[in-house]
Amino acid sequence: MTIRFDLSEGSLRAQSHYRQVALDQMRPISRKYDLAEHALPREWVDYWWREGRFGAKGGAALANDGFVTICLQAEQLCWGDAGLYLRMPTPALGGSAVSAAGTKEQQAKFMAGFREVGGQPIWGAMAITEPHAGSDAAAIETTAEFDPATDEWILNGTKIFCTAGEGASTEPGGFVVVWATLDKAAGRAAIKSFVVPAGTPGMQLLGCEKKLGIRASDTATLRFENCRVPKDNLLGRAEVKKQEAAKAGEASSKDSSKDSSKDKGFKGAMATFDASRPIVAAMATGVGRAALEFLIEELARQGVVIRYDAPPRERTAIEKDVIEMEADLQAARLLTWRAAWMMNKGRPNNLEASMAKAKAGLAVTKITQKAVQILGPLGHSRKLLVEKWMRDAKINDIYEGTQQINQLIVARRILDYSSAVLR
Amino acid sequence: MIDFEPSEEQALIIETVHQFAENEIRPRSRETDESGVPPQALLAAAHELGLVANGLPEAMGGGGARSALTGALIAEELGWGDMALALAILSPGLVGFPVADHGAESLRRRVLPGLLGPSFVPGSLALVEPRFDFDVFHPKTTARRDGDAYRIDGLKCHVPWLAGGRHVVVIACESEGTGSGAAGPLAAFVVERDAAGLRAEPEQNMGLCGLPTAELVLEGVRVPAESRLAASDADLRRLIDRGRIAIAATALGAARAAFEVARDYARQRETFGQPIATRQAIAFKLADMAIEIDGARLLVWEAAAALDAGAEAARQVRLAQDQTARVALVVADSAVQVFGGHGYIRDYLPEMSLRNLAGLASYEALALV
Repeated sequence: MTIRFDLSEGSLRAQSHYRQVALDQMRPISRKYDLAEHALPREWVDYWWREGRFGAKGGAALANDGFVTICLQAEQLCWGDAGLYLRMPTPALGGSAVSAAGTKEQQAKFMAGFREVGGQPIWGAMAITEPHAGSDAAAIETTAEFDPATDEWILNGTKIFCTAGEGASTEPGGFVVVWATLDKAAGRAAIKSFVVPAGTPGMQLLGCEKKLGIRASDTATLRFENCRVPKDNLLGRAEVKKQEAAKAGEASSKDSSKDSSKDKGFKGAMATFDASRPIVAAMATGVGRAALEFLIEELARQGVVIRYDAPPRERTAIEKDVIEMEADLQAARLLTWRAAWMMNKGRPNNLEASMAKAKAGLAVTKITQKAVQILGPLGHSRKLLVEKWMRDAKINDIYEGTQQINQLIVARRILDYSSAVLR
Repeated sequence: MIDFEPSEEQALIIETVHQFAENEIRPRSRETDESGVPPQALLAAAHELGLVANGLPEAMGGGGARSALTGALIAEELGWGDMALALAILSPGLVGFPVADHGAESLRRRVLPGLLGPSFVPGSLALVEPRFDFDVFHPKTTARRDGDAYRIDGLKCHVPWLAGGRHVVVIACESEGTGSGAAGPLAAFVVERDAAGLRAEPEQNMGLCGLPTAELVLEGVRVPAESRLAASDADLRRLIDRGRIAIAATALGAARAAFEVARDYARQRETFGQPIATRQAIAFKLADMAIEIDGARLLVWEAAAALDAGAEAARQVRLAQDQTARVALVVADSAVQVFGGHGYIRDYLPEMSLRNLAGLASYEALALV
């Protein structure tokens, strides 16, 4: 063991494979589905279902650097198109929740469809946010009530900002993991997650949001009206632990590694963010790199080549900007890989995951905005993709924990404060 | 395969150096900053750890374990103790590494044994020149061939000049003509500190006050051809890059120290009945400091690993150096701000952190690993 930065052969193979996928399958239709907001990107979805999901030819099995490879995949595909990446038929965050908190039986049952060869594409999704509660996930009001007569849970409430929510709620075989409370008075301890299979009566797709960017992604509003799911669709245990109710949750959870997250209810659900935040950071890095690479290439076409060895006083404003953008992007990428590497090692990475997400979200927001700024009319024009990358990048500083939520988590960790002390 | 864990040997080195920094360096940090004289006993104790010697060639009695990455790990811990003292402790490397890498055998035998002896002998490197538009790769100091010797003329600053040093490595541009502002290739020379025509004038600087430095006036300094290092322009650029990584790592350690005292202070200091660390305005500032320090450190490590692999690393070094300069200054300034009025007072660390970490870009070649 020693500090090193060379990627494994498997990672490198995945990296070049997904770059080619991004170039061949995503870039050519990137603008098309930015304009055709909400339309199903048929050619991309079919490609992914038919071929893409099986990875590089020869089957690049996930080795012990699996999470780093997943981050490389996310970076490359979002370098291709972040909206299309989010529209891929995969279990997505719904799958993460089932993997993190579900029993073997639940995993086998709900994930089976995603492993089938052939058939129609299906999606998974996670529904947490409600119209009045986003970052403060403990304040959700969707209810789950047990009906002993039928052995079913009855869900009632409205969810918004559900990524891939259209596909996951409507295409048979997919599912939405829904967060709901068993008892509003009991706080976060009473919040549980439920698997709602696509097409379940009482789950209604109300529509998709019109957004600044990632327009190819179906960001759904779902209404649950006496929506019944079997008893066994609850992830984790039904009991509302009193001590958990008394203790602060989220960032105060010290044992958020993936292995210890079962049956921890709210904390367990929050722990899935430790796995998903590095991926979002990697996605961000991909969008940022798309803009930065294009900027550097375009400058070179105009005869402006960045001099890395020019003394500070001789650097042009553009050189100074580009070098700073490159440094910020690479710092974000390395923080991301570190958080992913810790996942591989089974080490708690709550702090590092939030560091990566906070850095990457802000870095690519600034990088893409600066690229638009430097390129002037080229940056602003829809003939090129730079303006789209700027719009796509911004979401990375918002979803999966805003910049401020991640700062909060980092601050609690470094100060050793619970969420009750640092609010 | 990618890995963020120091090797067992590196972990042991980090632990050893950190303990030394905590027990020996930090307690003398403030007094050294005020007096401007590093305690000889401290330098001697650091010398016994063999931090520089470990990287010098085995044939000369060194450890033969040269690594920019391990060097960065050492430099960060020393810098965490005190940046000026860290640079004083590392100063033998300023002569040792260039001579070990590029010196003729006779020069190596003349210079290296002294650095590897029982007592601490500081080294010096003269690279920076006192101009705002200084270009590290095109110094205005010239070296002209003069028979079997070279004649060096120029003005240097920020030259570590600790008591007891014998040699200084001078970086110049080789020049054919007689005019000033030569544009020839970089060349490096080992010059005796008491050479005729060399005058050292002690500097007074805002920061790094614990590190004695000098402005060097070189007027017709003659050195034998043998004292010229057999280093190409590219070799010297790589050497300078190693120095940039060393300085960046030292600065990161100093920034980390500022962050830690700010964090601890914020947990204790109360306003309106609550520790200020429980306020988001302070807590988020601390979070940003922690994130930026970690990000910059990974850039430094990555560049160091590239240097160790012998890869082309100029761009990575540039990114790491710039990011560290930016981050270190922001962190130091934030630490002062977290301390409020006390941050301005010389009883506390942050004001020194700010003086030490501002203008990092002009600290080229104050250390080598």
